[in-house]
Amino acid sequence: MTAVVETPADWYLLRGSGLVALVLFSLAVALGVVGVRRWRSVRWPRAVTAGLHRSMALLAVCFLGLHIVTAVLDRWVGLGWVDAVVPFRSKAMPLWVGLGTVAFDLAVAVVLTSLLRRHLGYRLWRTVHWGAWLVWPLALAHGLGSGTDTGSGWGLGVAVACLALVASAAVWRVAGDRGDRRRAAPAGHAPRVGPRTARAIIAAPTAPPVTNHTTDRRPAVGATSGRTS
Amino acid sequence: MNPRLRVDPVACDGAGLCAELLPELVSLDDWGYPMVVDGEVPAHLVRPVRRAVSACPRLALVLRDAESALGTPREAGRRHPVER
Amino acid sequence: MTITDPRRRTATPAGKGRTPVPAPDRLPRLLAEPTGPGLVDHLDLWGPGGRLDLDEVGRAGLRGRGGAGFPTAHKLAAVRRSAGVRGRTPVVVANGTEGEPASAKDAALLEHRPHLVLDGVAAAAAALGADRAVLCVSDDDDRAARSALRAIGERRGLDRIAVELVRTPEGYVSGEESALVRWLDGGPALPTVTPPRPSDRGVSRRPTLVENVETLAHLALIARFGGGWWRGVGTADDPGTTLVTVSGGVERPGVYEVASGTDLGGLLRSVGAGPTAGVLVGGYFGTWLSPERIDGTGLGRAPLARLGGSPGCGVVAVLPAGSCPLAETARVAAWLAGQSAGQCGPCVHGLPALAGALGAMVDGDPDGRAEAQLHRWSAMVRGRGACRLPDGAVGLVQSALAAFGGHLELHRSGRRCAEADRPPVLPVPPRARRAA
Repeated sequence: MTAVVETPADWYLLRGSGLVALVLFSLAVALGVVGVRRWRSVRWPRAVTAGLHRSMALLAVCFLGLHIVTAVLDRWVGLGWVDAVVPFRSKAMPLWVGLGTVAFDLAVAVVLTSLLRRHLGYRLWRTVHWGAWLVWPLALAHGLGSGTDTGSGWGLGVAVACLALVASAAVWRVAGDRGDRRRAAPAGHAPRVGPRTARAIIAAPTAPPVTNHTTDRRPAVGATSGRTS
Repeated sequence: MNPRLRVDPVACDGAGLCAELLPELVSLDDWGYPMVVDGEVPAHLVRPVRRAVSACPRLALVLRDAESALGTPREAGRRHPVER
Repeated sequence: MTITDPRRRTATPAGKGRTPVPAPDRLPRLLAEPTGPGLVDHLDLWGPGGRLDLDEVGRAGLRGRGGAGFPTAHKLAAVRRSAGVRGRTPVVVANGTEGEPASAKDAALLEHRPHLVLDGVAAAAAALGADRAVLCVSDDDDRAARSALRAIGERRGLDRIAVELVRTPEGYVSGEESALVRWLDGGPALPTVTPPRPSDRGVSRRPTLVENVETLAHLALIARFGGGWWRGVGTADDPGTTLVTVSGGVERPGVYEVASGTDLGGLLRSVGAGPTAGVLVGGYFGTWLSPERIDGTGLGRAPLARLGGSPGCGVVAVLPAGSCPLAETARVAAWLAGQSAGQCGPCVHGLPALAGALGAMVDGDPDGRAEAQLHRWSAMVRGRGACRLPDGAVGLVQSALAAFGGHLELHRSGRRCAEADRPPVLPVPPRARRAA
């Protein structure tokens, strides 16, 4: 396929969209942790966190899509469409590009299961969603390894900032697990044990000699012992 | 017949997004768990209700048709009027 | 079917040499004593097991004896209907777990009349076309389990399907219908949200009949003698007999069989009850009766419903005079809170809060907020769990406040009564909190 990308503008688009996708994914991860940790304030309800998390993630996927399309169409990069989904087979930098491919595959799984959550059920969704913690470091590694801005100050600066953001989010997440007492047993008063009810069965149990106090026509119950003969 | 809104009490985690998005029908108890207004969802609230249902992190908010509404224990165990 | 098999000795064709039908108003029934402990003695007393007809069960008006009082005929019909519609073979589960601490009737039946229970299981299984029958007994009731196992062994080859004995974890909620289904399917013994009900989708997703062992024992008699006979005693809207466990301040505590509707006062006098501070009827989810209400209140659905309660699982716990019913209730409420399955927020948080508020009221409510909080939280907790534990706890607490208003005044004035420090009467066993 003849390459369509020739101009420096397209080259910048490729790098720029990748960088923006990384930033957006970082924000999405951070917002996910804010949600899971149940942080809220009067002016920032949890629904906003949840909505922003979704929007960031979807926007990140859009930029990721743009990044992949421009990469494949760029003659100089030398990638085929297959390399977008099958990792480690590219002619150029198979390892670093491959990491990006794996990240993309996982990201697609996370996003698809999220969009279809109502139909797939909570458990499946949750299990796949944990994969998001794998997507991000793969994306960062891909960016650092195959990106051409790593050497420049601002490129590295952005990468470091994203790393700092996600790392602190991860720490906050782990701290939450340990502190989560939501389902813990309340202390309660543990009273002294009372005597278990006497388990005697009366050998000749009787109905007490009383009458039914309703207007029912049935006869009164007599007190008889239980032996049949 | 309009559908009814119910909370699955086992799935619910007390996240509270439903109460934020749907204050007309959902309020929170003293421990952060949702109390949902009984009865059919008014027609003008069906869209916000669907939004709230999809926003619940645990998928605990459920929209059911009137016939197959979750039978709450309260309905099953309703007491007789009391003379005291 | 060999002639010499002693178990079949009395299994003669219908009408020939059958045991005569006992008088309908003769008591006891379930507790009628055979001449010996074995299957042969049981068959001598009652004759061969009968075929259960669902119409007869409807005619009898039998309701579940596990506490909920659901009409048994409806449940049987629901299982049968579901089996037909979905094309799945039903399962019968006999619930002998008896998680209610103040109840001993199920244990008594399993220890002393297991064959009646097993007759009921066999009759229900045959009527529904079930191919699996399970008897559930709690981990802490070895005597009942041993007796049941022995009885099951005696019946090998007699019933169409052999009953399996399954032990369940201790816990108040472990014996709940859906919890049992979950346990039998390999999950934790914790209730689930219904729908789907076990009668539609239970063990192995098959229609499942879960019935209390006493209910099954009654079914065994209905199968033999019919529904008309069964309702020949008791009241019109609540017929038949029922087992009650009388405990507390009485000379002769134990399990008794009474006709439904029997006057509570008469019952207590016949077991040697002394002066009482109040009686808890039904179970720890039940209703308190103040001393004035005891005479003239029958142990039946209608009379107890007028007081906001029901016969429940037959608990009659008598507080001797000189006890503080509010302190006892606070203790039980705290225990119930500890028995929460831990699945639903309002229960996990609300029940301890409720118990704490009542405890504070017993202490004289130093902050002045406890009573208002108690009513607020009662309304907040009721009906908001997957099972009826929160409803039961709220009902217990509210009925205590309603029944003991006079005594409550004492506590309202800021004092803790001396009786509150007496040793507890109502048992609150140190069971494992979680039944997983």
